[in-house]
Amino acid sequence: MKGDDLLQTVGLRKEFGGLVAVDNVDFVVPEGSIVSLIGPNGAGKTTFFNMLTGVYKPTYGRVIFAGEDLTGKPPHAFTQRGIGRTFQNIRLFQNMTALENVLVGMHVRLKGNLFEAILRTRRVRQEETHARERGKELLEFSGLRRKNDVIGRNLSYGDQRRLEVARALATEPKLLLLDEPTAGMNPQETLEFTNFVGTLRNERGLTVLLIEHDMRVVMGISDRVTVLDYGERIAEGTPQEIQRNDRVIEAYLGSAAVSSS
Amino acid sequence: MRRRIVQTVADLWWALLTRLGLSHERWEALPRTTRRAAKAVGWVVLAIVLVVLFGGWKISALAIAAVVLLLTVPRYDRITVRGRRVGKLIVPVAAIGIVVAYPYYVNSMPQVPIFGPFPMLSTVVAMMIFSMMALGLNFVVGYAGLLDLGYVAFYAMGAYMAGWFASDQFSNQNLNLGGVGITPGSTGFHFSIWLVLIMAGIATAIVGVIIGLPTLRLRGDYLAIVTLGFGEILPQVARNGNALFGFNLTNGPEGITPIDGPGFGSWLHRHLGLPASYLTVGNYDAVFLWTSLVLLLLTVFCSMRLRDSRIGRAWIAIREDEVAAAAMGVPLMRTKTWAYATGAFFGGVAGAYYASYKSGAFPDDFFFQISVFILCMVILGGMGNIWGVIFGACFLAYLDREGLSNVGSWMNGHLGTNINVPLYEFGIYGVIIVVVMLFRPEGLIPSSRRAAELHEGVHDEPLYDLVHDQPLTDAAT
Repeated sequence: MKGDDLLQTVGLRKEFGGLVAVDNVDFVVPEGSIVSLIGPNGAGKTTFFNMLTGVYKPTYGRVIFAGEDLTGKPPHAFTQRGIGRTFQNIRLFQNMTALENVLVGMHVRLKGNLFEAILRTRRVRQEETHARERGKELLEFSGLRRKNDVIGRNLSYGDQRRLEVARALATEPKLLLLDEPTAGMNPQETLEFTNFVGTLRNERGLTVLLIEHDMRVVMGISDRVTVLDYGERIAEGTPQEIQRNDRVIEAYLGSAAVSSS
Repeated sequence: MRRRIVQTVADLWWALLTRLGLSHERWEALPRTTRRAAKAVGWVVLAIVLVVLFGGWKISALAIAAVVLLLTVPRYDRITVRGRRVGKLIVPVAAIGIVVAYPYYVNSMPQVPIFGPFPMLSTVVAMMIFSMMALGLNFVVGYAGLLDLGYVAFYAMGAYMAGWFASDQFSNQNLNLGGVGITPGSTGFHFSIWLVLIMAGIATAIVGVIIGLPTLRLRGDYLAIVTLGFGEILPQVARNGNALFGFNLTNGPEGITPIDGPGFGSWLHRHLGLPASYLTVGNYDAVFLWTSLVLLLLTVFCSMRLRDSRIGRAWIAIREDEVAAAAMGVPLMRTKTWAYATGAFFGGVAGAYYASYKSGAFPDDFFFQISVFILCMVILGGMGNIWGVIFGACFLAYLDREGLSNVGSWMNGHLGTNINVPLYEFGIYGVIIVVVMLFRPEGLIPSSRRAAELHEGVHDEPLYDLVHDQPLTDAAT
């Protein structure tokens, strides 16, 4: 299952003014694996994610994806190379339909330009028809059957989360970054979602990196787990190793938990 | 407050109808087509009564009523021919026909209450040109959600392109490329106006890109202020451009005049019967009106095609959520610049055409208030909605040209006042905009998206900046 490292960060650091949000993190995601990033609130997980997708430029350090140094490139370059993401607080295009949301996700994979759009050339027509077909398939695959024309804001919470994933999948990523995808889901939905992530890896060959708070999800599907605390990487290993790691338990539950366990 | 007023009026109305034996329930029980027809007839009858009481009655009012009923009551959209929904085309085609025929019946129109006679042909030409500009601005403001307060710069650029390439301005040059109606022996560039329109569009789009590249990185208020600056700079350059390094570029405050009129030249005149030069035909304004209509329809066509395309979706995505759009692979700078350039293109074409119609490009036409005027058209009609924007543009351009002075003379005649209404033009627009924003923030004919956005409340969050690294709100973790 393990291949080469798809994503690698070297000494990644991010400062906001005087605040060091992420400090000197070395990190790898092997191709074909599911890696989880955990840590208490405020540990710098989302900042780290934002650097992996080009939303933030790291203060120091490099982001290397599939052998290419992407540090300092704009977000769409990251998407173009094959990094798709979802957001912790859902950021759909609220007033566009589910299908349109997915079509925006396909932006980098489509070619039609302004002039072709005005003339509606045969190539653009074919491309659009094809994109719509694929968009509908993706929605169905993500559990949004018959929701094609529903406006984003009118979808239920769980469906909005699914649409975020569908939209990220539409960018045809090699690496999918999920930022707390099960936040606010009930246990049943969480279970379904966990299976869905497994399917993504096993059937679609995606590599997945997720930020997650639900330990059942993390321990259930991750190959590797990395723990951040105060912007620093404090542990890395298999789920079993992490569960036994004292520093992790301390960071999460306080030192009292360590002595009682 | 808005809802309470509407509710009160509706309650009173239904109380009255119930007295007359038509309760709300009985009304709801009627078939939909009947209700549609009844509503349309009701409005038409009301309009006719108003015209008889306060306007000037002419028998043509009945013809208008008939046409309105014929277009609004039947459900044309259901008509299909071999599975294709051709019925949807009936109303737009009829509307175009009505506008095309306007010069032939404008003088036999009844007088509208308060607003007086129907607009003159020259006013209709201005309405259409402003519709074009408003649609151009709609690409930037309505689709991509970028506030542009300097749109007049593009209008000016287009007008001066016409001035440079279709007049005697550069008199030490002498090049005639299909120019028509030129006094023999005059020098300067004289290109065919059709060529000039395209050149003006392209040149203005390039200016748009040049202005856009440094400014479109900015967000919201900052972008608005910088565009405002550019909107001031270009007209100032025009005003003072009679001695740019010893070169007379814009002829300063006098402006460039006369500018050639459009025309098809003698060859097309002989073979297709098209007017050789617009300035020499008898129905001068009518020909300009038809040409404006063609240009406007082209603009509408491009607006619709782009709205439903990959790039249009990217514009709307940027308006909805810039960060998410970038993360989904929409290149922000490039996409915004395209919106800006597209908007500028149509502004330039409209400006060049208007300059040709007015036969001049004068720096005093390009004040800041024109930017606001065009923005008002977009806001009033409904940002992002093509028909709304056209309606807003036509209405405000009409008020500017004729409406306000007509209303003024009606007021002074009937109420015994003595007010020069057009003097308060921009104050009146201000009131209109405030009222629209209070009661119908999405504009009179909104796009469905925009309506939803505004009723939920727009949340503008501080956003990342690729250069300056400002934190996201949700990224403090």
